[in-house]
Order: sequence, then C-alpha cells, then structure tokens
Amino acid sequence: MSIFAAPTLAHYLVLGAILFAISIAGIFLNRRNVIIVLMAIELMLLAVNLNFVAFSRYLGDMSGQVFVFFILTVAAAESAIGLAILVLLFRNVGSIDVEDLGTLKG
Amino acid sequence: MTFATFTFYAFAAIMIFAGLRVITTRNPVHAALWLVLSFFTAAGIWLLLQAEFLAIALVLVHVGAVMVLFLFVVMMLDVNFDRLRQNFRSYIPVGVLVGMLVLLEMALVIVSSAIGVKDTLPQAPTGSNTKALGVLIYVDYVYPFEIAAVVLLVAIIAAIALTHRTRKESKYQVPGDQVKVRRADRVRIVAMPVEKQNR
Repeated sequence: MSIFAAPTLAHYLVLGAILFAISIAGIFLNRRNVIIVLMAIELMLLAVNLNFVAFSRYLGDMSGQVFVFFILTVAAAESAIGLAILVLLFRNVGSIDVEDLGTLKG
Repeated sequence: MTFATFTFYAFAAIMIFAGLRVITTRNPVHAALWLVLSFFTAAGIWLLLQAEFLAIALVLVHVGAVMVLFLFVVMMLDVNFDRLRQNFRSYIPVGVLVGMLVLLEMALVIVSSAIGVKDTLPQAPTGSNTKALGVLIYVDYVYPFEIAAVVLLVAIIAAIALTHRTRKESKYQVPGDQVKVRRADRVRIVAMPVEKQNR
C-alpha cells in the first residue's frame, strides 16, 4: 500500500498536531468540567513531548529528550497541585462545575 | 510495509482514538482509563523513536503515579456528570471548528518546506540511551535538574498545605494570640462596697 509510507519526521509531527488539536477541542467541549479539562491538558503535554522526541531523533540531538524529562517533571507537579485544588474546591463548593465558581463576580 | 511502519500506524490510530474518547466519554473513570491507554501508546511510539528511557519514564511517572492520582480523585469525588454535560451538544460546533483550525494551521506548517529537515533518518544512536541521557543531564543540564527538584518540592508542599485538615477537637496554643493579649482582656476591676464584718 503506497499510502502507508515509512514514517518520516512529518508523520510524527502531524500526529502530535492531531493530539494537540484534539485536546484543544476537548477543552472547548468540556469547559464546565474541571477534571476533563485537566486530562485534556495532560494530553496536550503528551503531544508536545511527542514533538520533542521526534525532533530529537531526526536531528540527532539528545537535548530534546532532556527537555522531555523536565516537561514530565513539571507536568506531574502541575497535575498534583491541580488535583489538590480540585479536591479543595469540591470540599468547599460541593461540585466541580466551572459555573459554580462565580462567587467573585459582583 | 515493514513491521515498524505497521506498528507506527497502528499505534497512531489507537492513540488518536483514545484521545477522542477521553474528551467525549460520559464517565470520568472511563476518561481516565482512555488517557492511560493513550499514554501507553505514546510510550510505544517513543520506543519506535529509540527513546527507551523516556518511554519507561512515561509509563512509570505519568501512568503509574499521575493517572493513579487522577483515578483516586475521580473515584473519591461523587460527581453528577449529567448536569455538567448539559450543554455538550451546543459546544460541539465551536469545539470541532477550533480543533480543525488548529490542526490545519499546524499541518500547513509541517508539510510545507519551512522546516527544512531532511526526511531520511540519521544513523541510530549507538550505546545505551539511558547513559547518553544521563551524561547530558548531569554534565550539561545540572542546574535545570536541580531546579526541577525544587519544583517537585514546591509541588509537594503546596499539595499538602492546600488539603491538610487540622483536627477540630485537638486543643493547641497559638503563641501569636497569646502575646497579643492585653490586661484589659484578662482583668476586670469590679467596684464593690466594703462589707462590715462582725468581729
């Protein structure tokens, strides 16, 4: 099948782009639901990591993989704090609906 | 088509399908599990790119720790998802439109010759991937490594400080309040008539 050529750099980058677009659409679709928004952010970071690793392989530079290592670290830290905030929110407000968070509005 | 090519397309299809299911499923536990599947598939694709250490690190850290944390939180919070998905249908046009626009823009950049990278794969790196990564992290990027450790420490402290509940029934001293006490708070002079005592 000639349409399934061997993957080049462009294939990996397009895959990363598709994942990124899926996660952006996910944030738009699930804007009321904080948990799914956090999961969409994880998917976004995964897409960016895929880009980095693909570039690192095709350019022969290992710095891309080092940066992915740091992105993994920061993503884990951000997920932990985001979920802690979510738990606190649920404790105080009783729901995870973004529309119930309007208490600062005048 | 070689096995590596077939694997790439299979994993890519699975990953895209899992990503779509994450954002459209009704059940939050299902969404977390689809995200776990997409992480595993991404680790497989990174193995195809000869990034073994990062693939294992992704499975260990993101699936083993972060997604387990997500599952804990999702299962602890008893959320009524139906109310949250009320306007799901009305958001679909905008969401899909924005997603397609972003995808189109990125695909145009990639497919055009703006990147200028040759398509052929350079020679595969020899030696252990972990060792090469270790040499780079601990020699060239030591300072960012230490900063990453500080970031993790801040995350630990923040997460604990946010969710820590003090036990209400335990009594404890608050030295700041103790020092702020004034005489008028503790002593009250009452004027009373002198009593005659019968001696």
